[in-house]
Amino acid sequence: MNTQSNAVPESFDSQGTAPAAISATRPMYWSIRRELWENRSVYIAPLAAAAVFLIGFVINMVIMRRSIASSPLGPAQQHDLLATRYEISASLIMGTAFIVGIFYSLDALYGERRDRSILFWKSLPVSDLTTVLSKLTIPFVILPLLSFAITLATQFIMLVMSSVVLAGSGVNIAALWTEASFFRVSLVLLYHLLTVHGLYYAPIYGWLLMVSAWAPRAPFIWAFLPPFVICGVEKIAFNTSYFLALLEERLTGPGGSMAGHDHATDFAGTLIPHHFFSTPGLWIGLALAAVFLFVAVRLRRYRGPI
Amino acid sequence: MKVIEARGLRKAFRTTIALDGVDLHVEEGHILGLIGPNGAGKTTALNAILGLIPYQGELRVLGRDPSTERDQLMRDVCFIADVAVLPRWIRVSQALDYVAGVHPRFDRAKAEGFLARTDIKRTSKVRELSKGMVTQFHLALVMAIDAKLLVLDEPTLGLDILYRKQFYDSLLNDYFDRSRSIVVTTHQVEDVQHVLTDLMFINRGRIVLDCSMEEFESRYLEVKVHPEHVAEARALKPMHERQVLGRSILLFDLKLDRVDRQKLAPLGDVRTPGIADLFVAVMGKQAGQAQGVAQ
Repeated sequence: MNTQSNAVPESFDSQGTAPAAISATRPMYWSIRRELWENRSVYIAPLAAAAVFLIGFVINMVIMRRSIASSPLGPAQQHDLLATRYEISASLIMGTAFIVGIFYSLDALYGERRDRSILFWKSLPVSDLTTVLSKLTIPFVILPLLSFAITLATQFIMLVMSSVVLAGSGVNIAALWTEASFFRVSLVLLYHLLTVHGLYYAPIYGWLLMVSAWAPRAPFIWAFLPPFVICGVEKIAFNTSYFLALLEERLTGPGGSMAGHDHATDFAGTLIPHHFFSTPGLWIGLALAAVFLFVAVRLRRYRGPI
Repeated sequence: MKVIEARGLRKAFRTTIALDGVDLHVEEGHILGLIGPNGAGKTTALNAILGLIPYQGELRVLGRDPSTERDQLMRDVCFIADVAVLPRWIRVSQALDYVAGVHPRFDRAKAEGFLARTDIKRTSKVRELSKGMVTQFHLALVMAIDAKLLVLDEPTLGLDILYRKQFYDSLLNDYFDRSRSIVVTTHQVEDVQHVLTDLMFINRGRIVLDCSMEEFESRYLEVKVHPEHVAEARALKPMHERQVLGRSILLFDLKLDRVDRQKLAPLGDVRTPGIADLFVAVMGKQAGQAQGVAQ
């Protein structure tokens, strides 16, 4: 104890003369790590979805292996083997990540007020802007990239499993690897995740974060009741449902790119960059997201524990 | 340099006035105790100083405006807003990593040194620690930050006497020096009597007493009056009287009541009062005045 109190004045001097400058990105980096420490569901949920899917897939392969013995695969089954399952795996992981993103965003700025830890976070030199942006990063960047990586790994495991299970059954194993066009589809998937799940969904995350920063309690109700009420009022007053259509369009992506295409390569067609980035909906959405986030930052400034 | 300079600080919530023109000054190297009953406006004043709420009036903290320069201010100001505001999910090692990552003035080795003296394990989560340990941990984090101003709002509420004593001992021995300042609010005034350099009583949003501890010790006297001198002592108009085990204890303000030590000494046992006793006397007078106005 004595040695320590003796050492104290020296360390003060050395620190006082050179208050180490912290680069602007460091608080951001640590805030994002902090979010991942607190919300382990961000990576556990998509991993669990992938694991569950793989179990189902193995069972399915074993059954298929038995039936091939009696009757060879038709073209429909061949297609199913090469494409559909891979699309399902991608959708399942993406969907899980999207749901995680929604619940994460709803709790992000509400949870810290409820457990009073906001008083601790605010005692550190991390601005409200950095905090809100770090929380946006989770659904906006981390979850899409994470679901891409998990999907890629899952699909690779699926290919290996199919090769092993179907070896010697008469199915062309080499075709699995070439026809499934693993890497081309992967790039389309990455593009879809970053554009639709990132950019196009930005106003959704922005809205949820804003409600999360504001709600005195029950952020879930405050987030979902207003759109519901607007739809209802519009239906009664004007007998139209433009708002509902707007929400649907937002969820399905520009030009309904997620629906009505059974080929991953086809749906890439609707997502060509030129097409996507000239969609007015994208830019209106991003502007709206910026407004929501600005309000969330302002709200957090004077929000205390509840 | 003045560490805190507030003039005419006002804050009104929807139905109540929490701060009603507060003037407050804290010099470098001072420890100010802000004492007041529940709802007196202590926390509101601290929140304004920390830039956590909007306010009216003039306020400079380390020469900065807390309402517009909060982010820069937090590099030099540290605070423990309440017991148990550390997030319950965080691990001790994670909290060290995080504060080291975001705070330019955090000395990790120092925090580890403080922790080494406690039973806190690096791998524990905050939710697994006892209330006293959480406070120890929070204090270790805060003391390892080279801040100019430390604000403590009820830092030891609900802790047993051992933890409380240890808290203020470490604060004085391992942290405080002439280049730092501390503002503390607490209800456990006897804990801080020998810690403070300055004392302030606040009631209904107004400062009702503002003095240094030296002034406090020379200005207020408590006399445990011998039974035969009670009438004589009462004639000297004490500011407060209370009975303890059948003996009258009279509290005198030497400045106002125009009595001195020599006059009081023969009447009984003379000593410096506790902050708590002065607090009761001052608040009692306040209540009396308020009633007088009402009548």
